[in-house]
Amino acid sequence: MEFTRRNAIVMGAGAFAALALPKLAIAAGGEDAIAAFTGGAEMADTGVTLTAPEIAENGNTVPIEVDAPGATEIMVLAMGNPTPGVATFAFGPLAGSQHASTRIRLAGTQDVVAIAKMADGSFAKASSTVKVTIGGCGG
Amino acid sequence: MAATALYGASSFGNWGKLAAQQALTQDKLLEFDTFGNVSLIHITDIHAQLKPIYFREPSINIGVGNNKGAVPHVTGSDFRKLYGIDDGSHSAYALTYDDFSSLAKGYGKMGGLDRVSTVINQIRADRPDALLLDGGDTWHGSYTCYQTQGQDMVNVMNALKPDAMTFHWEFTLGSDRVNEIVEGLPFAALGQNIFDAEWDEPTELFPPYKFFESGGVKIAVIGQAFPYMPIANPGWMFPEYTFGIRDERMQEMVDEVRAKGAELVVCLSHNGFDVDKQMAGIVTGIDVILSGHTHDALPEPVLVGETIIVASGSNGKFVSRVDLDVQNGRMMGFRHKLIPIFSDVIEPDKAITALIDEQRAPYADQLSEVIGKTADDTLLYRRGNFNGSWDDLICDALLSEREADIALSPGVRWGPSILPGQEITREDIWNVTSMTYPEAYRTEMTGEFLHVVLEDVADNLFNPDPYYQQGGDMVRTGGLGYRIDVTKPQGSRITEMTLLKTGELIDPAKTYQIAGWASVNQGTEGPPIWDVVESHIRKLGTVSLAENTSVTVDGV
Repeated sequence: MEFTRRNAIVMGAGAFAALALPKLAIAAGGEDAIAAFTGGAEMADTGVTLTAPEIAENGNTVPIEVDAPGATEIMVLAMGNPTPGVATFAFGPLAGSQHASTRIRLAGTQDVVAIAKMADGSFAKASSTVKVTIGGCGG
Repeated sequence: MAATALYGASSFGNWGKLAAQQALTQDKLLEFDTFGNVSLIHITDIHAQLKPIYFREPSINIGVGNNKGAVPHVTGSDFRKLYGIDDGSHSAYALTYDDFSSLAKGYGKMGGLDRVSTVINQIRADRPDALLLDGGDTWHGSYTCYQTQGQDMVNVMNALKPDAMTFHWEFTLGSDRVNEIVEGLPFAALGQNIFDAEWDEPTELFPPYKFFESGGVKIAVIGQAFPYMPIANPGWMFPEYTFGIRDERMQEMVDEVRAKGAELVVCLSHNGFDVDKQMAGIVTGIDVILSGHTHDALPEPVLVGETIIVASGSNGKFVSRVDLDVQNGRMMGFRHKLIPIFSDVIEPDKAITALIDEQRAPYADQLSEVIGKTADDTLLYRRGNFNGSWDDLICDALLSEREADIALSPGVRWGPSILPGQEITREDIWNVTSMTYPEAYRTEMTGEFLHVVLEDVADNLFNPDPYYQQGGDMVRTGGLGYRIDVTKPQGSRITEMTLLKTGELIDPAKTYQIAGWASVNQGTEGPPIWDVVESHIRKLGTVSLAENTSVTVDGV
């Protein structure tokens, strides 16, 4: 019988959850998506707030929030997912606030990135590492 | 308020030296010049230890990142040097690990909630409106607590009249039971980070804070439950709740209570010490953090900016008293004492003794049954980052009773010690194993997956960012040796994994038989761990353990 990594993880699930893998490599697709969204423009460190848990309670449904006053669009990326694109929220001129919350699925420990496009055409970026772990064994 | 203007006193150092030369007395242990206008009493991580116990503190407690070499990551002689504690003194016995077995014979057991009650009563005699704050991990950890689903602890703690409490292991009673108890609690159940899982909104049952009036000072106590409960413990037992550190909301709550006129802001926390330190540097406006979870006992508070952090140990061994001078909405100074509960020195409160005995009476025969004894050279203890002799014994039991190649035992920090030549009762076994998910599973893992498991747990302990740590210690291994470099990133800390019975390196592609307990997964099957350990000890009769040298640690 041959054990691939996937088999090993499924088999181990009797004792430990099958979610945890070492930190995933950043998929090239994420950087490409950022470049396409910003056209390669500089991104400010302030202007967008990303709220995400440090350690996910459940990697299949991780609550996140983005907030960028004055933004026209906010793009959210899970940089380590096979398909990094999560969502792009668009805000019309009559939007009361430029704020959104949703739940996303993460394939493993990785950075979640939010990029806001401001009304003046500038960009802002926020990033947060979310750990997806086996758990157990806490004191 | 400038940090330099803060007048602080912890008289521990000199007092420790003096007292070591004298016979211990209750008056000496409780001596305290009442200070300022507010008193806080902190007790935390009792783990259902109603009666006095022996509890050996850790020999290894490694700090990483910015916390390398910082308290509480200081042990043994370094700890004694730091706080001016003499070798062989009662403080050395209470706070450090060396010579534990011989010192324990001289100084006796520690803790006991009837002794704790005496201490609380004396502080209240000095300051009638002192606040008693329980940091949680109270309704878990003993035979009677398991059998009564926490009711024994609720009954005894209620008699001590706490003012507020926060939570961790309590939730492993299951959300129905927790809700039932909390609805009837005669004090505040606080947690600014306890949220409803469905809507990710605050709950009504667990408010974020409560105001108290004490010494003419308006005090806000904000609760902070253990942030990673559904990860470190089985989330399926309390699926309606979600947690997290939520330091942005902590800041909102501090700002809110300040706007409502709070002159003193106290955070009753189950974050763990390093997480509290980090939070204190991010959230502004907290005067005092009463820190729990990581079971550290510190003779002096740690100052971060203008916040003092107080760590009060575990298992009923200590009570912290913090007197504060609050003037015009500002904390001007503090006086602090970590009071060690020497059970032979502090007179028990007889009413509480009777109440404790009443909880235990229905189970007296079960509790007291002797299962075996320790050899004259074997101390059973748990604390330490990598192994403890109690866990070595539990892993031996799993290997032998469950016929496995490798055993895994969770790196929890609760569980009293057993001295050499001491009888081991059923109660003693339950004190180190009792939990609501005790199934001793047996499963197969490849070497590769086993490596993933060890790396994952190591990162929960040695991630340089405390917000990514869960507390607890490294998973204990039986039948498996390894080398760990605590400074490396996740995935490359663990090397040289070795199957001890053959001396061969673990093959990533090969399958091994693994036995363990305390899985967080629903549907785990197997006999309860206490039965496995009891059966093993019965067969041994006398427990004798060789020194465990299976883990080599680098990067310290």
